[in-house]
Amino acid sequence: MPRKISIMIVDDEESVRDSLYNWFIEDGYEVECAENAKQALSILESKNMDIILADIKMPGMDGLEMHRRIRSLNKDSVVIIMTAFAAVDTAVQALKDGAYDYITKPFDPDDLSHLIRNASSQISLKEENEALRNKLISLENVEDLIGRSDAMIKVLKEVEQVAQSSSPVIITGESGTGKELIARAIHSNSKRKYSPLISVHCGALTESLLESELFGHEKGAFTGAMYNRKGRFEMADGGTIFLDEIATISPKMQIELLRVLETKIFIRVGGNKEITSDFRVICATNKNLKQMVEDGHFREDLYYRLNVVNIKIPPLRDRTDDIPMLVDHFIKKYCTSMSRNLMSIDKSALKRLEQYDFPGNVRELENMIERAIVVGNDKEIRLKDLPFDKAMSSNSFKSLEDLEKQYILQVLNKYDWNISKSAKVIKVDRVTLYNKIKKYKLQSPKK
Amino acid sequence: MKRSDSGILIINHGNFEKDFLGTIADSIVQEYHLPVSVKESHTDLSEYFDPMRRQYNGNQLMMELDSLSAPDGIKKMALYRVDLFNPILTYIFGQASLNGDIGVASMHRLRNEQYGMKKDDDLLLERFQKVVIHELGHMFGLVHCHVPPCVMRSSTYVEDIDQKDLHLCPKCRQELESG
Repeated sequence: MPRKISIMIVDDEESVRDSLYNWFIEDGYEVECAENAKQALSILESKNMDIILADIKMPGMDGLEMHRRIRSLNKDSVVIIMTAFAAVDTAVQALKDGAYDYITKPFDPDDLSHLIRNASSQISLKEENEALRNKLISLENVEDLIGRSDAMIKVLKEVEQVAQSSSPVIITGESGTGKELIARAIHSNSKRKYSPLISVHCGALTESLLESELFGHEKGAFTGAMYNRKGRFEMADGGTIFLDEIATISPKMQIELLRVLETKIFIRVGGNKEITSDFRVICATNKNLKQMVEDGHFREDLYYRLNVVNIKIPPLRDRTDDIPMLVDHFIKKYCTSMSRNLMSIDKSALKRLEQYDFPGNVRELENMIERAIVVGNDKEIRLKDLPFDKAMSSNSFKSLEDLEKQYILQVLNKYDWNISKSAKVIKVDRVTLYNKIKKYKLQSPKK
Repeated sequence: MKRSDSGILIINHGNFEKDFLGTIADSIVQEYHLPVSVKESHTDLSEYFDPMRRQYNGNQLMMELDSLSAPDGIKKMALYRVDLFNPILTYIFGQASLNGDIGVASMHRLRNEQYGMKKDDDLLLERFQKVVIHELGHMFGLVHCHVPPCVMRSSTYVEDIDQKDLHLCPKCRQELESG
């Protein structure tokens, strides 16, 4: 149900206020009245009005001046100027100042109805636009962060909570768990979402390069510094800087980073001018930073400065419930990007994925699905399309029998359930293989 | 509608004929299920005339109506032949106080002749009935309705009045009865 549109009438004549009040209240609007501009501005301080119908001539501040003040308050109200005398210059001035329309008293009832209806439509469209934009952003996030397991829901709740503040965040988790995605989700749900998210992979850069990357440099600061260059902290002004693999930075950089985090002021390499930047810092690591502090490899003061909020992302093996959903997501993602028909995954392949311990976490799963789509038959991902081989570690076997069962199943799948071939590979006779299939209740996926 | 609502008083400011008023009263009874009485008025309307606009001030007539004594719970509805206006609108078919006890309705702009068309007394009566029932709806707390045939739909042209029925839609009816 659409919400009630609110209208404020600003006119020094009581009879005008009363008549308009009655007209709008009968039309189901929420109505406020003010007898002068001062009163109207005071009402606007405490509440928003969708439409303001203001007389141009009022004692004290006139309607045009009031309109300018309303605009300076950053209010989104639609302002309609009323006057008892039509004058082109004031009408032009009102419209130049951004008034929605201009109407001469007395109004034709139909003109007034149309005017208010059109203004209401504009307000509704604007709100709808805003709502759709927000929906789009949240959809983007939902698409990136897949998971309905309890562990992942906990992470998503934490993301929602921390997004609203500007506190530093440390994201910890094994390699491939999606730490950068979490950083993106925090950024795009925060007030900083319209400013950039700048990512720096600290582990990929040497100390001097990292310094230049983070703080920028002046022309001639070092060999090859041909131009002035903005650093990542400067680029992240108003937004977020994401420092991945924070545990890898040198002790010298740890000191410099601590200073910047405390003051938000820094100097470019080779420069002498202080630069201020308003950024939020999010770090990620797959190391145990606390242990590194205890071992003396990471500064304690920097650790506490960064570790205001800590989000731990569970490894994929601890949230196997999410695997089917992740598989679906990656199938859609890669089938779309490769312009292939949407594929499915057969039960045995999915089951095998659910049993696998994924040392490379979600990244490994994603790569597996991408590969399977490339080598697959364009209809479904089969077990044989997945890169499971002896070299791949898996500790998901519960017993020797389980190991035997999985091995037999793997061989059978590999040879399309050709019993003679499979028996030969396993080095048992056909009868033994049949007995094993019966014992383990194995079934061909084609049945 | 409140329990305290006990009846409707029609005040005849336009020398309307008895039969004409009787038909209007019947349609009110049918819609609002309250007793309707009629009072003749011989008030001189000239003091409500605005020579600049050559119309009668509906707001001032409402104030005059408000000062007229009537038993508690009685809604006062004054009917006119003259052209009414209020300070913001070029004309009004009628107006009433929302959830209040007073309302006015004018026949002037409901006449076909006003728009260069052939006189039609039946159509005129029907339009006037609709305006009166609409304004009474406001007095019983109903706001404009978006259901096209509902009598509470806003009408700014006489053609709009012709488009709607003489009755409240089920939603407005329910709202009226729930008080």
